[in-house]
Amino acid sequence: MSVKQTLVVIGNGMVGQHFLASLVESAIKEQYQIITFCEEPRAAYDRVHLSSFFTGTTAKQLSLVEDDFFEQHGITIHLGDKASNIDRDNKTVTSAKGLTISYDKLVLATGSYPFVPPVPGHDRAQCLVYRTIEDLEAMAAAAKVGKVGTVVGGGLLGLEAAKALMDLGLQTHVVEFAPRLMAVQLDDAGGAMLRRKIEDLGVTVHTGKNTSLITDGQQCVNLMCFADGEELETDIVLFSAGIRPRDDIARVCGLEVGQRGGIVIDNQCRTSDPSIYAIGECALWNGMIYGLVAPSYAMARTVVSALAGGSLSFTGADMSTKLKLMGVDVASIGDAHAKTQGAKVYTYQNGDSEVYKRLVVSQDKKQLLGAVLVGDASGYSTLLQYCLNGIELPAYPDALILPHRSDESVGLGPDALPLSAQICSCYDVTKGTICSAIEGGCMTMGALKAETKAATGCGGCSALMKSVLDSELSKQGFEVNTDICEHFAHTRQDLFNLVKVERIKTFADLLRRHGKGIGCEICKPAVANILASQWNDHVLEKDHLGLQDTNDTFLANMQKDGTYSVVPRITGGEISPDMLIALGQVGKKYKLYTKITGGQRVDMFGARVDQLPSIWKELIDAGFESGHAYGKSLRTVKSCVGSTWCRYGVDDSVGLAIELENRYKGLRSPHKIKFGVSGCTRECAEAQGKDVGIIATETGWSLYVCGNGGMKPRHADLFATGLDKPTLIKFIDRFLSFYVRTADRLQRTSVWMENMEGGLDYLKSVVIDDKLGLCGQLEQQMQHVIDTYQCEWLTTIEDESKLKRFRHFVNSDQPDDNVVFVEERGQLRPADESERKHFKLAEMA
Amino acid sequence: MAKWLDICGVDDLQPDSGICALIEGEQVAIFSFALRLRSGNAVDCSVSEVDRSVIEVNRSLSGVEGGDTQVYAVGNYDPIGKANVLSRGLICDINGQSVVASPLYKQHFNLQTGVCLEDEAVKIPVYPIRIEKNRVQVSVGAAL
Repeated sequence: MSVKQTLVVIGNGMVGQHFLASLVESAIKEQYQIITFCEEPRAAYDRVHLSSFFTGTTAKQLSLVEDDFFEQHGITIHLGDKASNIDRDNKTVTSAKGLTISYDKLVLATGSYPFVPPVPGHDRAQCLVYRTIEDLEAMAAAAKVGKVGTVVGGGLLGLEAAKALMDLGLQTHVVEFAPRLMAVQLDDAGGAMLRRKIEDLGVTVHTGKNTSLITDGQQCVNLMCFADGEELETDIVLFSAGIRPRDDIARVCGLEVGQRGGIVIDNQCRTSDPSIYAIGECALWNGMIYGLVAPSYAMARTVVSALAGGSLSFTGADMSTKLKLMGVDVASIGDAHAKTQGAKVYTYQNGDSEVYKRLVVSQDKKQLLGAVLVGDASGYSTLLQYCLNGIELPAYPDALILPHRSDESVGLGPDALPLSAQICSCYDVTKGTICSAIEGGCMTMGALKAETKAATGCGGCSALMKSVLDSELSKQGFEVNTDICEHFAHTRQDLFNLVKVERIKTFADLLRRHGKGIGCEICKPAVANILASQWNDHVLEKDHLGLQDTNDTFLANMQKDGTYSVVPRITGGEISPDMLIALGQVGKKYKLYTKITGGQRVDMFGARVDQLPSIWKELIDAGFESGHAYGKSLRTVKSCVGSTWCRYGVDDSVGLAIELENRYKGLRSPHKIKFGVSGCTRECAEAQGKDVGIIATETGWSLYVCGNGGMKPRHADLFATGLDKPTLIKFIDRFLSFYVRTADRLQRTSVWMENMEGGLDYLKSVVIDDKLGLCGQLEQQMQHVIDTYQCEWLTTIEDESKLKRFRHFVNSDQPDDNVVFVEERGQLRPADESERKHFKLAEMA
Repeated sequence: MAKWLDICGVDDLQPDSGICALIEGEQVAIFSFALRLRSGNAVDCSVSEVDRSVIEVNRSLSGVEGGDTQVYAVGNYDPIGKANVLSRGLICDINGQSVVASPLYKQHFNLQTGVCLEDEAVKIPVYPIRIEKNRVQVSVGAAL
């Protein structure tokens, strides 16, 4: 039995945390007591998506650490304490707060700091940098008193920072020393195209500018003076001119560092001291600093392997990038500048749609060396695979960047990729891993994502992953059969379109035109649901009655003993004492078991089918209406009490919840839909666990979509922020209509979106930007449902012919003698089997 | 000779759906099919010879005066869900067999043989049924 060694990790940024997360998943963690220092007041968060902080993402949402991560894995974290000194002789680390800890192994993940050029005046008021959440808070504070913001640096990070300034509502400038934007990744023409697109968004770009002085401004706080004599008035100066490795702690203790900084590491990420490793932006490998997440994560995994005696080695990384800068797609692959000897270049430029593409190929035109894409980066995955795997190019390589105006496909089919090809670079998932997950039973994008994590980072590889999935499934002999059942050779979406286009009103008609047989328990309720979404006739009309699942047929929820539960609508969870009493009286009279639901209403159990109409008559007389708990439809809109009563409330969440519930009640959908509305970011209504979640903020409503609880809980995704009520409602109308139209049967919004090519971004483009030109129709579709709403119970109890079904026997008024209740905690419940036997014996005696 | 019991009028049937009758203490689910299997559909191709004779009986007993209405009578008790609910299930055709899907756990029962498609060891009673002078008649003496 060996005593545990001590492993100290300095730095809990993205890379330090990725190291810890990889370490705790490996068996080697048992051999170490793990201690980490984090200089910042909070544990690791997502710096890549930092600018989303200004569009409503909170510091907590940016966090990369699960709440109990450190406790769960027995890791000690010293938050807000900076490791300040390493004593290599005694193998100890000392912190700024005076802590001294002995180590056996040490990992440096100290990251980088923003480079601030030594311009006179660089330390004036409102001269800021962009790296930490504290920096963002300083920016937000500065933006409150200023009007103009200027970013120094037109690279990747600089343009991200410019977006942040735009989001803060500032008049935004970008100042770049080089003659073009993104000088490292783009060529002149690509940079020029990007510049035009960014200027169209209202950002003023100044290239070839060398800042020589920052001093007092006249209209603004600061005045920037450039070497060419020009000047720019600005309140905020935001430096984003590159990063420098934080290697001071290594330098002081005598570890080898590079001439221009960076802690020198070998292929195992070991520094010049074999007990000390360095990973991420502080590390210098082969003369290179890697400022991207993917290679840094690869270093972290290398160290885990090295500690375990494994053979993984870090041998450099591809620096290709694809990203969306202020809504503009930009990608750069490999040797974008054609520096390779004999390289040939193809370019395609479309001035009208502002697309620029450039291919760099080898002298023999067989290998792709690099590429630049601006305005349309859809070819990125294919091109990257050509480049990384050395796949031979087609005879005319320019076909890869020319627009395809016919059906011919020149893309690289998934079969052409070797198993070692990396599909997802965020999580380093290869085609081989994806194929074995498919063999292991993952048949959908959702399942694959859950199993391999691929496409859950930036999501850029999801289209490629889908094509691998489809190709593998068909190779394994799975016919990718999306038919709803044996009676219709169509998907639910096809059926929806047929019903809509051919104006089909009945199941019999649809079956006659497009199906066979008489139907089954799958297609009948699905078609009933589609007919209800589209035409919204009463579900118990003669033509629809035989299609409904039993819950819909009796407008109540069947329980295990064949009795039903009754759930009246309580909009937004708001109910007056009188209504509550009325509900209690009905429950008492019919001896119903009563329970409060998670959706803020009351469920009453144990009603026999023959009792349902009289129970509902009394409920309706008291002012209640159907809660649609029995349908695949809108269930509840849960709300917190909101600004009306709550000391912290920002807006009237109850009022909005009631309005939304009344708007969408009765809407039939592919699966149940739940809403939540919270009056402030404390989120007491748990809106982020709902299909549609709304949270009040100072700047308007934030909309979240596609969350759910249940077996596989899913946090909703932020969809839009700062919305006024009409816009919010418009977005929800479109979102729901699009879901109703295109989802599969019994597919919740979360799975629907996860299986959608393009995912959340695509959904946003359809609902917010009207990419499909469909929004008018979607709104109209919703309006029809709203205009034709009826309380299904009210219509039923007013119609003798519909009531005929509500009796247990057609030829007797007796109730079902198999329904037996016993008492428990003062209420009735169904008897279990042993109690039932006992009851029968007593009856016979 | 089977004894025919008068149950209800044809108007009491729910087209393409079920009702339940109490017949000499037994709960009987009665289904009526308005939608017909069209020619070209395979019918009952998977049933045994014994079952086939049952089907013949059932066929000959139904639809005599009901015109194009096909009726079936089976036990209302779902032996898997253990509740009297089958009359409230959806009627379907699965591989050409007319079946009811239990509203509780969705197992299918063949309406002509009573056999459960998901577990052939489970069987519900099947009763002869006919329509005479617009009245529905069932015989429970000898459940098939």
